Amino acid sequence: MTPEIRIQSADFETATEIDRLEKSGGGGISTFTGIVRSDGDIAALELEHYPAMTEAALGTIAREAASRWSLSALTVIHRHGRLQPGERIVFVGSAAAHRGEAISAMNFVIDWLKTDAPFWKREDFADGSVRWVEARSTDEAARDRWQS
Amino acid sequence: MREAIGKDGERCDPPDSVTTIADLIDWLAAEGGGYALAFADRDRLRAALDQRFVPFDTQLGGAKELALFPPVTGG
Repeated sequence: MTPEIRIQSADFETATEIDRLEKSGGGGISTFTGIVRSDGDIAALELEHYPAMTEAALGTIAREAASRWSLSALTVIHRHGRLQPGERIVFVGSAAAHRGEAISAMNFVIDWLKTDAPFWKREDFADGSVRWVEARSTDEAARDRWQS
Repeated sequence: MREAIGKDGERCDPPDSVTTIADLIDWLAAEGGGYALAFADRDRLRAALDQRFVPFDTQLGGAKELALFPPVTGG
């Protein structure tokens, strides 16, 4: 099983990604899609990343998930660039023979993406002001519950 | 940090006494100005050496690229 990892500015089709996972041999699939929130007066979300490192970081997370659970497919897509409220940011999908493995692997990957993938979000407001999003300690706590 | 320092990268040639990432941060912060501001709160700083997340006590060794940045906020 080679994880499908994509880092792109373009949108992706959730249905296409789910279809691919469904064709990987079954049991069950589990997916997460992250969407830009429409908080307050946010006009856009600017997602920066560290290109030299991003693919390796996502690969490390995906390989760790594949070593912990028996997966038949794993897809991680993360967008960068300027995104409007309501747009898709991130997709994680996993397929396994049994639901528990698929759900756990999906949860694991999204928790680790939050703390161990080199992306940064900046909120651009309607009045022209900008604000870099602060990391939350609850995100590191969510990741650390997976430490064995 | 990039906005405080005013650039997104540079080549630097630290003295031999600088052996770890923490040493390098101290050395840069001692320059004052934007560096002191950017590196004032070490709890809000993360490091990657040759594109791998590492703790601040990591030896620089023969690494070619050190990245210093705020905690990530992707996902």
